[in-house]
Amino acid sequence: MTSVPASAGWRFKAPSVIPGFGLTLGFSLAYLTLIILIPLSGLVWRTASLGWTDFWTIAFDRRTLKALEISFGTALIAAAVNVVFGTIVAWVLVRYNFPGRRIVDAMVDLPFALPTAVAGIALTTLYAPNGWIGALLAPLGIKVAYTPLGIIIALVFIGLPFVVRTVQPIMEEIDKGVEEVAATLGATRFQTVWRVLFPGLSPAILTGFALAFARGVGEYGSVIFIAGNLPYVSEIAPLLIVIRLEEYDYAAATAIATIMLTLSFAMLLFINLVQAWSRKRYG
Amino acid sequence: MAEAKPATVRQPRFRSAVTETRPARYMLMAIAFLFLGIFLVLPLVVVFIEAFQKGTGAFVDALIDPDAMAAIRLTLLVAAISVPANLVFGITAAWAIAKFEFKGKAFLITLIDLPFSVSPVISGLVYVLLFGAGSLLGPWLKAHGVEILFAVPGIVLATVFVTFPFVARELIPLMQEQGTGDEEAAISLGASGWQTFWFVTLPNIKWGLLYGVLLCNARAMGEFGAVSVVSGHIRGLTNTMPLHVEILYNEYNAVGAFAVASLLAGLALVTLVLKTLLEIRYGAEIAATRGH
Repeated sequence: MTSVPASAGWRFKAPSVIPGFGLTLGFSLAYLTLIILIPLSGLVWRTASLGWTDFWTIAFDRRTLKALEISFGTALIAAAVNVVFGTIVAWVLVRYNFPGRRIVDAMVDLPFALPTAVAGIALTTLYAPNGWIGALLAPLGIKVAYTPLGIIIALVFIGLPFVVRTVQPIMEEIDKGVEEVAATLGATRFQTVWRVLFPGLSPAILTGFALAFARGVGEYGSVIFIAGNLPYVSEIAPLLIVIRLEEYDYAAATAIATIMLTLSFAMLLFINLVQAWSRKRYG
Repeated sequence: MAEAKPATVRQPRFRSAVTETRPARYMLMAIAFLFLGIFLVLPLVVVFIEAFQKGTGAFVDALIDPDAMAAIRLTLLVAAISVPANLVFGITAAWAIAKFEFKGKAFLITLIDLPFSVSPVISGLVYVLLFGAGSLLGPWLKAHGVEILFAVPGIVLATVFVTFPFVARELIPLMQEQGTGDEEAAISLGASGWQTFWFVTLPNIKWGLLYGVLLCNARAMGEFGAVSVVSGHIRGLTNTMPLHVEILYNEYNAVGAFAVASLLAGLALVTLVLKTLLEIRYGAEIAATRGH
């Protein structure tokens, strides 16, 4: 830096010869405030004006609790499924060479790029009792579409890239020397993977899990088509917000949204703590 | 084999110590491909098959339907407003954050990422609470005849909200990595701030910028939840393409729904191809921020 030796005392910004700080920071903050902060604080303000009794009544309404349970439960299961298969997919993409690897790698981002409504109707068509996959499962007595199982399928689709894209770069960085040492010292391949490689990957896997989980909890578009949306059975929390809004019950919509936001931010905090911890532990 | 080389039969075959046995490798690959095939390839394939189920004629008819055309126009309009808005924000935010040292920077970055952790439905809800009938602004807006909710401005705002971080989070790490040396050199050689940005910084970040815009645009055109809450679903007026897909699908018009959906799926494929090309060709210039 070409900055002059800093004079004593607190300063907001380090000196720099580059112009435009005031303009760019000012514009960014104004835009952030208008688009994100004011609308979000409106939500907080509305909740605060509800008062505790009203808030608790809505929050502990049986339908609300059930919807939250379904949202968080299915998101949890879907994230767990993605941890297993996402890690395998990442491993195959990083370690094995096969024709078309780049295409497969690119395909993993499809859930990021495909609009959720399109994913929703496509998955519903596949898993409906007369669909390609649904017809195979129907004789076995497994119903996917219009059940909570359908929600999990949609959330597995949505969450997959979060796990793969979080784990993949860390796998690429693994020093093969470590594996050679483990093998030389007599570890079996399974022991090497499980006891040498896996501990180093676990923070990334956990982060991917949390990201997929957080995304799954809030997901709406891909779920509502396949879920069947039966209250108490397959009605997710975001859908209940929409239903309350359509009933002009803004208080209930606001309260459910606040509960979901609070839980999501707790997740976000958790992710950051995990990352900080893993940086300290694994450098 | 065994007859040709009897002496070597008992010797263990050489195997790399840092990879799995061949059967394990094949099994893992089979699991991965089967999983990706079922969860990614099949849904994509089914969209196009359903769209052309009743032939090309029905497909084209579904798309030239006036409501479908209106939805396509609205989606393009919304993207044409929200993507440039977030592009300008992304550049200014990245300039402030990457080129200067100031207090509270980490907190600002967290705030920029905030929309990613908010459910799309809530992103729409906050605008309903802000501009709706029961809000502070609602009555004033109504008295002055300003329509935001259930109209195009509301749809644009909700889209801007959900696509807010895309360009910024692509540019911030990239510009931080590039440092301030080039800009300082330009300034000390007498370039103005604008010249420095235009001739020094922009050429350095152009591919990363394009990458961010690509992802931002895909989300802007495909957003469903947030837009659904603020749109009011008025056919031909406030229906974007994803909302139109929903309406047609709920009316059991599968060909119509999948025809419009196939356009969106095509957009997703184009996005993926361009994204991959950018990563292959300009990987180093997009930085290692392949997260989202």
